[in-house]
Amino acid sequence: MEEFSLMTILAVFEEMFGRGLFWAMVAVAVAITAAWIYVLIRDRSMSMRKFLLAQLSMPIGGIAAVWFVLLITNSGLRDIGGPIDWIVLLGVFVAGAIGFAILVYVVQSLVRGRPVDS
Amino acid sequence: MEFDKITASRRGFLGLAGAGGAALALGAGGAQAAKVRTNARILILGAGAGGAAIANRLTDRLEGAQITVLDGKQEHWYQPGFTLIAAGLRPASYAQSSITGWLPRGVNFVNEYAAELDPEANRVTTTGGQQIDYDYLIVSTGLVLDWDGIEGFDLSLVGPEHGISAHYAGPDYAETSWRALDKFTDEGGVGMFGRPATEMKCAGAPVKICFLGEDIATTKGNRDRCEFIYNAQAPNLFGVPVIHHRVRQIMDERDITYRYNHVLKAIDPGAKTATYATPDGDVTDRWDFINVVPPQRAPQVIRDSGLSWADRWVDQGWIEVDMQTLRHARYSNVFGIGDINGVPKGKTAASVKFHLPVVEDHLVSEIAGQEATRMYDGYTSCPLITRVGRAMLVEFDYQDNLTPSFPGLIAPLEELWISWLMKEVALKATYNAMLRGRA
Repeated sequence: MEEFSLMTILAVFEEMFGRGLFWAMVAVAVAITAAWIYVLIRDRSMSMRKFLLAQLSMPIGGIAAVWFVLLITNSGLRDIGGPIDWIVLLGVFVAGAIGFAILVYVVQSLVRGRPVDS
Repeated sequence: MEFDKITASRRGFLGLAGAGGAALALGAGGAQAAKVRTNARILILGAGAGGAAIANRLTDRLEGAQITVLDGKQEHWYQPGFTLIAAGLRPASYAQSSITGWLPRGVNFVNEYAAELDPEANRVTTTGGQQIDYDYLIVSTGLVLDWDGIEGFDLSLVGPEHGISAHYAGPDYAETSWRALDKFTDEGGVGMFGRPATEMKCAGAPVKICFLGEDIATTKGNRDRCEFIYNAQAPNLFGVPVIHHRVRQIMDERDITYRYNHVLKAIDPGAKTATYATPDGDVTDRWDFINVVPPQRAPQVIRDSGLSWADRWVDQGWIEVDMQTLRHARYSNVFGIGDINGVPKGKTAASVKFHLPVVEDHLVSEIAGQEATRMYDGYTSCPLITRVGRAMLVEFDYQDNLTPSFPGLIAPLEELWISWLMKEVALKATYNAMLRGRA
């Protein structure tokens, strides 16, 4: 079991957040993704109006993700050193942005309901 | 082949903060091998990082073995967290947990210490008078901190009142040590740091707390009132030459004074002075804050047992194991894991991580009548914190070679945020997974 494997990564993440919280977060991410797929199938199209708002909200999600990571790790932007640090920070930003955009799209779709065909 | 595996597992230990996605490409591990049937009696001395982890691993690999774990402590300490506690970044509870929570079901946990160990008779007598016979012995006792080795020092002196820090002593002392460092970086004065002349656990830790203290004083705007002096026991700041030069460069940049060949031998808490043994005789200096790291040795029961080297580290008593197989040189049914091993390098949790598969392989293979193949190359690592928010991911082996886990990606001697993330976020989780035998 000393080889690096998917099971090792899962074990480490379980330890990091606690087993319950980790799988709860996975469940939330899966639920939002499933809801997104659901509304896409239900509406049978992407709503460009909802997608526009989702895109406009992406920086908020990205900045929030970066802020959250810096907060929980007792660090700040002044600590960013070499290229790998920028890549990781960018990855956190992009992940937060995409996740939040999907969330915004899903919330709009569920709150406003199915669009009336024009 | 062997080293390919070791490199892959090293990524497993360190690669979880930022490079997890890339590492996923390495793929899932193989299926668990079938258990080996045996009725061997295996005694594990010590339930720290090495003892708890090997108990879990052997439970997974063996069917029917009688595994006994002997340790008089109640509490498990996550020792890599002590530096963070002593820098005010975590509470003492961060490093505290119950020993029994880490041990697998089915092992016999005896909550006593070993009082006598007879490797000729394959028998250990506990402090409670119980006799335990074994077929295989795994020595994972860790080491003892020889506080009496510093004349005039007593653990009751630790704290802001005297300006004394002793963050190696345990989670609560690390927290009290933080209050001393906090006061020093508020009020200013002379801060003394350094390390003992014996082998020691995590040789980077005395340097880390010095860097952290300097950074905290800078953040508070009090740097000009604080003087930082690092006292090295040798003519270098770190045993690995390339790391020594990098640490010296950072100390120069940050105006930290360093002195070579200064070994702390006594302190006077009333006069606030420290006496150092140097090649030119004793030197006594005044301080306002001092971080005391004492000499470190094998527990007395081990030193009395005949397992120690007879001609090396004679004042310290580390056990005579083969540096690659970790099997005892004179008692083939005895293995060592962790700090207790008399090998040239690596009294760290990262070393424990790499001792584990080697000892597991040699022990289980012998029981199964097969030949073991795993060897330990001296790998150890140290996320060398240089300030709050940055660290260098220092990794090296017996030959003083740098052994970066992510060559070209994470530079070993560069101060990086990702290396800090590993220390801050991923390391304890990986350590815990290691204890459970899952990493």
